[in-house]
Amino acid sequence: MVQSVFFYIFAILSVTGALIVVSHKNPVTSAISLVLTLFCSAVLFVLLQAHFVAAIQVLVYAGAIIVLFLFTVMFLNIREDALHFDAVNVPRKLTILFMLLSVVGYFSYTASKKVFANTVLALNDNTFGTVEGIGKSLFTDFLLPFELTSILILAAIIGVVVLAKKGDF
Amino acid sequence: MEVTINHYIVLGAILFTIGAYGVFTRRNLIVVLMSLELMLNAVNLTFVSFSQLYGDLTGQVFMIMSVTLAAAEVAIGLAFVVLIYNNYKSLDIDLLKILKG
Amino acid sequence: MLFIILAPLIGFIINGILFSTPLKNKLFKNSGEENINKTVSFIACLSVFISAVLTTFLFFKISGAEGHNISITETLFTWINSGNLKISIEFLFDPLSSVMALVVTWVSFLIHVYSIGYMHGDKSYARYFSYLNLFVFFMLILILGNNFPLMFVGWEGVGLASYLLIGFWYQDLEKSYAGRKAFIVNRIGDFGFILGIFLIYYVCGSLNYQDVFNTLSNPQFLSGVSTTIITAIALLLFVGAVGKSAQIPLYVWLPDAMAGPTPVSALIHAATMVTAGVYMTTRCNLIYSLAPFAQYVVLTIATLTALIAALIALTQNDIKKVLAYSTVSQLGYMFMAVGTGAYIFAIFHLVTHAFFKALLFLGSGSVIHALSGEQDIRKMGGLRKLIPTTSWTFLAATLAISGVPLFSGFYSKDEILGAVYHGGFPIIWFIGVITAVLTAFYMFRLYFLTFEGKSRMSYEEKKHVHESPSNMTIPLIVLAVLSVIGGYIGFPEFISHTMGIGSSNLLKHYLSGVIYNVDIAHNASEAHHLFGHWTLLMISVIAAFAGILLAYLFYMLKPAIPTTLSARPLLRSLYRSSLDKFYVDELYSRIFLSPYYHFSEQFADFDNKIIDGAVNGISDNMRCLAGYVRGIETGVLRIYAASMFVGIVLILIAIFI
Repeated sequence: MVQSVFFYIFAILSVTGALIVVSHKNPVTSAISLVLTLFCSAVLFVLLQAHFVAAIQVLVYAGAIIVLFLFTVMFLNIREDALHFDAVNVPRKLTILFMLLSVVGYFSYTASKKVFANTVLALNDNTFGTVEGIGKSLFTDFLLPFELTSILILAAIIGVVVLAKKGDF
Repeated sequence: MEVTINHYIVLGAILFTIGAYGVFTRRNLIVVLMSLELMLNAVNLTFVSFSQLYGDLTGQVFMIMSVTLAAAEVAIGLAFVVLIYNNYKSLDIDLLKILKG
Repeated sequence: MLFIILAPLIGFIINGILFSTPLKNKLFKNSGEENINKTVSFIACLSVFISAVLTTFLFFKISGAEGHNISITETLFTWINSGNLKISIEFLFDPLSSVMALVVTWVSFLIHVYSIGYMHGDKSYARYFSYLNLFVFFMLILILGNNFPLMFVGWEGVGLASYLLIGFWYQDLEKSYAGRKAFIVNRIGDFGFILGIFLIYYVCGSLNYQDVFNTLSNPQFLSGVSTTIITAIALLLFVGAVGKSAQIPLYVWLPDAMAGPTPVSALIHAATMVTAGVYMTTRCNLIYSLAPFAQYVVLTIATLTALIAALIALTQNDIKKVLAYSTVSQLGYMFMAVGTGAYIFAIFHLVTHAFFKALLFLGSGSVIHALSGEQDIRKMGGLRKLIPTTSWTFLAATLAISGVPLFSGFYSKDEILGAVYHGGFPIIWFIGVITAVLTAFYMFRLYFLTFEGKSRMSYEEKKHVHESPSNMTIPLIVLAVLSVIGGYIGFPEFISHTMGIGSSNLLKHYLSGVIYNVDIAHNASEAHHLFGHWTLLMISVIAAFAGILLAYLFYMLKPAIPTTLSARPLLRSLYRSSLDKFYVDELYSRIFLSPYYHFSEQFADFDNKIIDGAVNGISDNMRCLAGYVRGIETGVLRIYAASMFVGIVLILIAIFI
């Protein structure tokens, strides 16, 4: 019961945040509302007994990535009047969006009903989703992907350095 | 009403659609990237909810990989944004039309 | 025996590849031009010399052997093997081909040596010698081939070499047109020849000489085959001979062929290539003997050719043109012999003609060389004292061709006329005699105007006149000797019988194995034989001397006579038409060439508008289509992303429905 209340509140909050991201003309506002959406997602993760993942979401996503976005926006120093290209026809866009959403919502609901038929999410055991559980799984079954992501991050770092450097190496 | 897996699926779908809509509609390059993040987030939510449904930690592990990937991608994407701004002095996507053929 | 043929081929390849191409400049940069030319001519002459020596060697081998029918064959490999048709590359050295090969190789050798001097300083020296070698190669294939296709290969090959050599100085457009004309007219003849070959295969089932002639001499076979087909074969083969050996109506290329260098005219158009037709008809003498109608046709055309060509030669003013028409006329004599079945005399005249005609051409080349390019005899005169060697050898040849007794031409021409008479064709014999008078007349006209009398050259020209170098005069002397003594190989039998000398006609004896009906048919009743052998001989002699005296009268004693004669209206128009070659070229141009050009112009239009239009149309279509497709690439990234998304959605829907 309490779960469903929490679920509905934070679900609606995240959708609202998403809508603001998509429609506001100022990129800073979009970034802040993206933080909101991600945070609500983190709460939903907690509801889903994925504690570790929720922490990761807040730390990495909301903490690092959005901060990076904000850095870039501030760095580029865009003036207010240069952002008008995005502000055209916002009401029309939003109506289209709502129509789209209703269509998608309807279809996904019926499709999922067909497949899953109202399966209630039961609680798993205590170590599910904790650091211990994830750690065990990550370093035994999924060791190879884990190592590969480190290489991925290395590639990203090198890429960024190459791209942003001025002149010769 | 009990919260079932269907709710989470629908929520994921809605968030995904909003993100997709943002990618196609917005002309500001940075906002496009942000909408892309929104899409990734929706997918992550779906992963985690399925992992909870089946009691299998694979979904959550995969979500962690996804987050890592998103971080790397954002880093490079923003480096591009900086370069583009230096060349075009504007973040309008519609100015990037050199491939018009 | 292979090397007889291969030697000139190798010479051609070496000279052609090493010396004629830009390769020469890279390889031999250090040697001077002189040394290169010396090497080239050495290789060329050496290769022909090797052929000549080998031919002589083989000749002695077979002539010393027992019996008439000895011959040597050598098979290389099977060329075509398809169904019943089996053609191999094989060569036959029998009496007939040995005579031809001897003439060809030795005369070619002399002409090669002559060319060293004549073409000295020409910038395409190596190319010339390579083409000459190529010609000898193909001529030898023609002569020594043992089946019809191989002869045809040689036939076409000499046509090609003739084209290359006539148009040798191709930078002059007129000369290259002459080469083209030769090749095309030749080709018309070849068309008939190939049809003849097809018919031979159809009738006899093989293309090998031995098989064909064995089949055709089998009386059982002959009773099953109609004479019409044999006549058709004979006539078609003769069409080929008409083209190659310049009879009416396909002789028009030969006078134009004088545009080539003079040694070329000597080799190809006097001694060898034009005689290929005679060789071919002699080789197929069995076919002609079986088709009397074809023989009549040959005889008629040959006689007409001999007469008309002599008439044209009367008035020509260019040395080489007179000689060209004289060649056509003498070829007419050879075919007259073929037409009466006297093949041996045809070959005899071929041999003697090779000697004196080559000598005449080389001599005229020497004159042209001495006068630095002047070819109009009206501008010559009095050259005997200035270039004595040339003029004495030229005189020897002129005496030979006019049929003066003791020279070679006398024996051969007289034999032919005798054969025609005894074959029962008195009218043709009479025309032959008239032509002999004309021959003597125009040849001596040529001689007198060129070498005797007062000089009509300017003082400047006279100063530059010089005798040719020894590599040109020695071949002249050799050929002159041959022109005199060459007649004795065919010394007429009746003379030797009368005189009690033992030796009979050597040539006849030698060739009798190849000719199937050796003795000339004595057609027509004895009543027609008003004249016996000796009478005919006397008449020939009188004819020759009549011609010589007339020429002497006209051109030496009273030079005014020709001018006054040609002023009279009737004679004047005859003179003009003779000078203008009886307008045959113009006639051909009107009848054949103009409609053809007109026709092809129509097609050229068609080609431009329709075919080009179609091709261009396709490309325009493509461009239009591409323009439409290009609209997809807007360059706007959002559209790309959206279309990708829509595509994925559609695919998912397609999968899950």
